[in-house]
Amino acid sequence: MGLKIIVLAKQVPDTRNVGKDAMKADGTVNRAALPAIFNPEDLNALEQALRLKDRYKGSELTILTMGPGRAADVIREGLYRGADKGYLLTDRAFAGSDTLATSYAISCAIKKIKSYDIIIAGRQAIDGDTAQVGPQVAEKLNLPQITYAEKINAADNGKISVLRRLERGVETVEAPLPCLITVNASAPDCRPRNAKRVMKYKHAKTITETQDQSVDYIDLSADRPYLKIEEWSVNDIETDMQWLGLTGSPTKVKKIENVVFQAKESKLISNSENELEELIVELIENHTIG
Amino acid sequence: MGNVFVICEIEEGKIADVSLELLTKGRSLANDLSCKLEAVVLGNNLKGIEKQVYPYGVDVLHVGDDKRLEVYTTLPFTAIIVELFKKEKPEICLLGASTLGRDLGPRVSSALKSGLTADCTALEIGDHADKKAGKEYKNLLYQIRPAFGGNIVATIINPDCRPQMATVREGVMKMEVYNQAHKGKVNNIDVDSILKPADLVVKVMERHMEKSKVNIKNSSIVVAGGYGMGSKEGFDQLYQLAEVLGAEVGASRAAVDAGFADHERQIGQTGVTVRPKLYIACGISGQIQHTAGMEESSMVIAINNDSAAPINKIADYVINGDVNDIVPKLIKLYKKNTK
Ligand SMILES: Cc1cc2nc3c(=O)[nH]c(=O)nc-3n(C[C@H](O)[C@H](O)[C@H](O)COP(=O)(O)OP(=O)(O)OC[C@H]3O[C@@H](n4cnc5c(N)ncnc54)[C@H](O)[C@@H]3O)c2cc1C
Ligand SMILES: Cc1cc2nc3c(=O)[nH]c(=O)nc-3n(C[C@H](O)[C@H](O)[C@H](O)COP(=O)(O)OP(=O)(O)OC[C@H]3O[C@@H](n4cnc5c(N)ncnc54)[C@H](O)[C@@H]3O)c2cc1C
Repeated sequence: MGLKIIVLAKQVPDTRNVGKDAMKADGTVNRAALPAIFNPEDLNALEQALRLKDRYKGSELTILTMGPGRAADVIREGLYRGADKGYLLTDRAFAGSDTLATSYAISCAIKKIKSYDIIIAGRQAIDGDTAQVGPQVAEKLNLPQITYAEKINAADNGKISVLRRLERGVETVEAPLPCLITVNASAPDCRPRNAKRVMKYKHAKTITETQDQSVDYIDLSADRPYLKIEEWSVNDIETDMQWLGLTGSPTKVKKIENVVFQAKESKLISNSENELEELIVELIENHTIG
Repeated sequence: MGNVFVICEIEEGKIADVSLELLTKGRSLANDLSCKLEAVVLGNNLKGIEKQVYPYGVDVLHVGDDKRLEVYTTLPFTAIIVELFKKEKPEICLLGASTLGRDLGPRVSSALKSGLTADCTALEIGDHADKKAGKEYKNLLYQIRPAFGGNIVATIINPDCRPQMATVREGVMKMEVYNQAHKGKVNNIDVDSILKPADLVVKVMERHMEKSKVNIKNSSIVVAGGYGMGSKEGFDQLYQLAEVLGAEVGASRAAVDAGFADHERQIGQTGVTVRPKLYIACGISGQIQHTAGMEESSMVIAINNDSAAPINKIADYVINGDVNDIVPKLIKLYKKNTK
């Protein structure tokens, strides 16, 4: 029996590798200069979905992402690795969303997709770092949630069995389908792109991307419907505007400070026994140690 | 109504450290706001549990004692807390940024349509003026948290929604008894009237929990090793140094990933936060995610063979050289001078 799986994937700035070119002269990070990547734990989520698809023939894997137009890259990346189709949710009305407004918009899009057995998200995005969107989407869809998943053991007979990795141990839980899972970085890495799929989906585009391109692409997607990435604006899904974007976000950012990597006066000590002994004696005398 | 709430976790019949830390913080916020501190504990066999929290200044403890709450699962805990909050209308709600708190918090916040701020490193009371809307807010909770992989620090507020919810990691706030003689009262939650069959559909089939063995958080000296320790054997020298100094051993994530140390020793953004009197960083480069967990140490000694290692910038003493040479020397010289 095939499963209908939706993977939630977010495009994020690569906050892990802040290279020299992303540093401003004042020692703070230039966020705009960070490359945009597929959120790492969403790749772990995608792999879990692909394993389900391998195991349960006839399954269908859909990627859903909310973000600016260029977030379509995330969907193409998913197609290259084995997803069947994707939806890009993009609209200025979503700008400034906190996790509640984000999960509201995503849950409305999922309601429109309508049929699903399992929704798989990453545990946490590396920019907002909250790990809140998964559980909040589950709540809004009135689904059970299983967070911190490391392995999906099985998903059949209307039930799912999942191994969770917690701070101090592991746990196996069972839940009825449909349900929402969030996947940890400790789960297996995602398989690489498949060369044949890259060839097939290289020209997969959203309607906006097609319009930005030459006419050829429109022709291309006319006879190859799989090259069309669905793009939804706020008008394509059913929402109550008061829960969207900035208005729908109870949390407000009052202030943002860049962390400055500053130097402080430090005392240099060589590895000679004399200097090390002086340090030890000083620390003993001022009661830091001993 | 309008009080500060802390959702407490229990581990083997004892209130978890992270919850006691939050009670300490919650008490001081309640004092700032001149309101009460209330706490919630859900579990099984909780008789007498209030004795553990009263000294931390709890005025009211809401207890949900039921066999079905023995092991944490999302749905029943959410149902009970949402029900309680609809009645009690808390001003502030704090939870541990633990696997439990980060599973429960967003679910509750979504059900109440109230904002939640993750992984706060500081919580303060302050005012806010919304110039655009021409509105003034008094006594909001400033929820201060790092984001963007620790590269920025944001102050988040929830002007209009209640409760103002926040999670905080273990070890970030200080734990302090408020008053040994402090007494509060217990409110027993009628669990039976709240739980529905639909809340009990997720079943925990198997659990393997390890007790935490190390206590780096409360150690006044921490000797921490990084990838520069080179190997598990190299890293093990740090236990000897720690033993003579009466210290605990911590580790960077690279050291944990390389298998030199267990995850529970990891210090930093995704590990524990420590603020010891003395922090000795051995073969640690000092990436922001690491320093986030140790930068409040009173004194930092960095041992590194790279004179340009970022850790040196926040160190009081920089020892330039090979850890394999320096660590044994420090052990020897310490012994010599304390005999
Ligand atoms: C400095 C700063 C601090 C912030 N702090 C908070 C805060 O404390 N509380 C708060 O409510 N909001 C906060 N926000 C807003 C928050 O970052 C955004 O709402 C963001 O869109 C979603 O949160 P996240 O990145 O933390 O995702 P997470 O909740 O960490 O994401 C978990 C998973 O949900 C899925 N997911 C998340 N977003 C999307 C998406 N757009 N498309 C598809 N799937 C997605 C992915 O599978 C992802 O792995 C903050 C923003 C900034 C800039
Ligand atoms: C989301 C996220 C969360 C993270 N959370 C954490 C966290 O909680 N804690 C954490 O620590 N990291 C965390 N990291 C990882 C962090 O970015 C760094 O990769 C990590 O701290 C590096 O560890 P390190 O300093 O031991 O290793 P390295 O960066 O490899 O540094 C090794 C150091 O040892 C020195 N060295 C090498 N050989 C010797 C020798 N023989 N003698 C003396 N010195 C020597 C080198 O000069 C170098 O400075 C996180 C990363 C991400 C993306």
